[in-house]
Amino acid sequence: MLKQRPYLIELLTAAGLIVAPFVLPWFGFAPNTVNRILVWGLFGLGFDILFGFTGLLSFGQSAFYGTGGFVAAWLLTRAGFPNVVLALVIGMIAAAAAGYLIGLIALRRTGIYFAMITVAIAEVFFFVEFNPLSDFTGGENGLPGVPTPSFNLGFTTLHFTTGWSLYQFLALCYFIGVVIALRIVRSPVGAVFSAIRDNPLRATAVGHNIHGYKLTAFVIAAAYAGFAGGLLGVLQAFMPPDAFTFDTSGQLVMQTAIGGRGTLFGPLVGAAVWLSLQDFLQAALGLGAAWKLVLGVVFVLLVCFLRRGIIGGLADLSDLLTGQRGAREPEESEPEVAAVASAPHAAVADAAPTPVRARPEGGPTGPILQAKGLTKRYGGLLANSDIDFTVNHGELRGIIGPNGAGKSTFFKMLTCEVHPTSGTILFEGRDITGMNVTDVCQLGLTKSYQVNQLFAGLTVRENLVIAALSGLRGKFKLDLFRSIDSIPGLTERVQHTLELVNLASRPDTPVAELAYGEKRRLEIGLALATSPSLLLLDEPLAGMSPRERVETVKLLKSISQGRTMIIIDHDMDALFELAERVTVLQEGRVLVEGTPEEIKNNSTVQEAYLGGVHGVLAA
Amino acid sequence: MINWPNFVSQLFNGLALGALLALISSGLTIIYGTLGVLNLAHGAMFMIGGYAGYVTYSYTGSFILAVIAGSLFVMLLGVAMERIIIRHFYHRPHEDQLLVTFGLGICFVEIVRLIFTSQSQVAPPPALLQGITSLGFLFYPTYRLAVVGIVAVALGGLFLILYRTRLGMIVRAGIEDSVMVDSLGINVYRVFMIVFGIGAMAAGFAGIINAPVVSLTPGVGDDILVETFVVVVIGGVGSFPGAILGGLIAGEIISITSMFNPGYAYVMLFAAMTLVLVLRPHGLLGTQGRE
Repeated sequence: MLKQRPYLIELLTAAGLIVAPFVLPWFGFAPNTVNRILVWGLFGLGFDILFGFTGLLSFGQSAFYGTGGFVAAWLLTRAGFPNVVLALVIGMIAAAAAGYLIGLIALRRTGIYFAMITVAIAEVFFFVEFNPLSDFTGGENGLPGVPTPSFNLGFTTLHFTTGWSLYQFLALCYFIGVVIALRIVRSPVGAVFSAIRDNPLRATAVGHNIHGYKLTAFVIAAAYAGFAGGLLGVLQAFMPPDAFTFDTSGQLVMQTAIGGRGTLFGPLVGAAVWLSLQDFLQAALGLGAAWKLVLGVVFVLLVCFLRRGIIGGLADLSDLLTGQRGAREPEESEPEVAAVASAPHAAVADAAPTPVRARPEGGPTGPILQAKGLTKRYGGLLANSDIDFTVNHGELRGIIGPNGAGKSTFFKMLTCEVHPTSGTILFEGRDITGMNVTDVCQLGLTKSYQVNQLFAGLTVRENLVIAALSGLRGKFKLDLFRSIDSIPGLTERVQHTLELVNLASRPDTPVAELAYGEKRRLEIGLALATSPSLLLLDEPLAGMSPRERVETVKLLKSISQGRTMIIIDHDMDALFELAERVTVLQEGRVLVEGTPEEIKNNSTVQEAYLGGVHGVLAA
Repeated sequence: MINWPNFVSQLFNGLALGALLALISSGLTIIYGTLGVLNLAHGAMFMIGGYAGYVTYSYTGSFILAVIAGSLFVMLLGVAMERIIIRHFYHRPHEDQLLVTFGLGICFVEIVRLIFTSQSQVAPPPALLQGITSLGFLFYPTYRLAVVGIVAVALGGLFLILYRTRLGMIVRAGIEDSVMVDSLGINVYRVFMIVFGIGAMAAGFAGIINAPVVSLTPGVGDDILVETFVVVVIGGVGSFPGAILGGLIAGEIISITSMFNPGYAYVMLFAAMTLVLVLRPHGLLGTQGRE
């Protein structure tokens, strides 16, 4: 949605801000109301990056709004600081610093814990403002006398005082805020933000340090809040202590949800609705204090029925009216039909002797992965015991075993999702025991999951971009202002992966609209896009129809060219066809290891896996 | 210098506040544990309980009737809220649940404000519990002593429901794994409704008991909600014993700090929460992975 033409949104925003003073009075907007809407809108830009884009719902933004506001106001009124803009910036930095410290604590937990902690922290700020720091903040009186900005340009001095005059300054601030926010959400960091919102577990597994990125989003939101708080003081010529109240945080949350989260402009729209309804209900209808009840009811109804707020609702409506969705569907399903139709032929072709897999040429030889004495104990249950396992560079290894043999636990230990009770794992000669998933992925070891772990709210291409970014940028990098398209090698890698997993025909389809088989291929694609030197596949064929299986086996064969892979699956025919060597696990131990032929004819395997030939005969 | 009688009386204050917080928090925590919904309208339930009790008391003059009627009213309100709105949110993201309960809380507060105005109402303690009691070394308001006893009885009742009844067993099983309970053929949604009602009632009951201690305003639930969050974070989400322990800790921290400087009460409370988060991120008595 935010992609379209370059600078289109920036230009529209600028045009809107320039036209507003000429248009809005016609609708009965007082300049002071418009200015308040802008301050809330700027406050909300940062909050939307935190909530709408990163998925972290904070009920404590008042802490940073108040911090920024009071630091700026104190500088301007008590410390005799002459420069308004500089004071605002210092306030913003102070709020960002507070955000960093608070983020370190609040982000130790996620979800509702995070929400509760932010509420509690904001309440502390409120009390601190009122009591211990009341000498600086004026306590319940706030800080009166905040000056408005003026700029000495040499030949003339620009004063921004009140009303539409101050509007020009606020509009400029808002515009700059929008430009920065747009750059952030279009940057690689922005892409990782949305990955964290959609599936934090997978974002970690494809090699992003999500804690660092969450903290980044939190600090960005705090910085925006701090600057907006400073502007509130400038706007009212007075810094009110109620900036610190829970009501401030609550109002911000509600305005963002009303306007539409994840849109950047949602908070502005929400603030416009909120403030104009407040004026309308209080003044025109004479409802007095009941206005808040009406807004509360409106808010609850919106959350119930219009999840994406006003902007989201309008976008859906325009899609409906232009018939975009309806027209897109049939066109999209076509490649799928074609793929399925071609499958039987493919199967025939594959019946021919499998071509010898190409080994990575000139690459390293010898073991890429060595596990020694790997044991995992869950309480009394021994999931894996004393597994020795070695895979060489360029090998394609299969792992089979009955249900409960400990295959998935074994994979989880190899990728460091769970840590072994004892034993060591060497990857490319390096001890990775006890490292975390992110670091291991960065080293080049990742897996595709047994149950799809996709970024469900994004398109196929965006999914792969997120995975590819970790390989190209490392686990944490603050390239906040870099365009995602300017990263060398990204487009090629994503395109290459799209082709490898046979999704090149529908890169811009949202994941939710994919067929199951396609989602499964994208799951593999996510792991591939990190360009691992060792790829683990946990039951890539699980839940597939026979046709999809044939397709996927073909796909796995082509992927395996020049790669080292380990595949777990229950489909033995497929695995015997694919793998060069097969390891059989049973009851958490390695039962036997050998070529597919050896395994097929091994009597212990038959005994364990098939109940034994004798058993069958006896029955 | 510490004034000993004053210190002990603050300890008692902390105990009374802590007991109330424990009761409210256990309501919040069993709802969250079972339904997976953090009810941001829980503070409003506390407030409405106070008002419902106040109204009954003004008409009947009976404290007992006020407690019964107020608790039942809040329980029914909770059940209605769950039936009409909350149940549609079980399969929506946590953020949506937070937003809708937050909105409902505001609606409740504003409705009460509309009816009773923002002015504070004074609910006197029952005649029997008025005055002060001599504890030998200090005199202490009788009603506050009684609060500790009444809340202890209520918590005991909640304990019996949770740990000694079939329903309680289902609820505790639901806290561990509600999907599994559902697949065992137990109508988990009916249990959800009952739990929401009981949880709301715990807050409402506390609201009635608390009304004579502080004056009633529509905003009385807001601060309590924040304190409840801290209690739950300290004790561990979904843990009934954790809520009691956390409540007592929080009550004492607030009271004792207030003796020196009320302005730092929240700072100390927050410091305690941070300490717990750093040392035991899942709370003192919480289970890891329950979030």
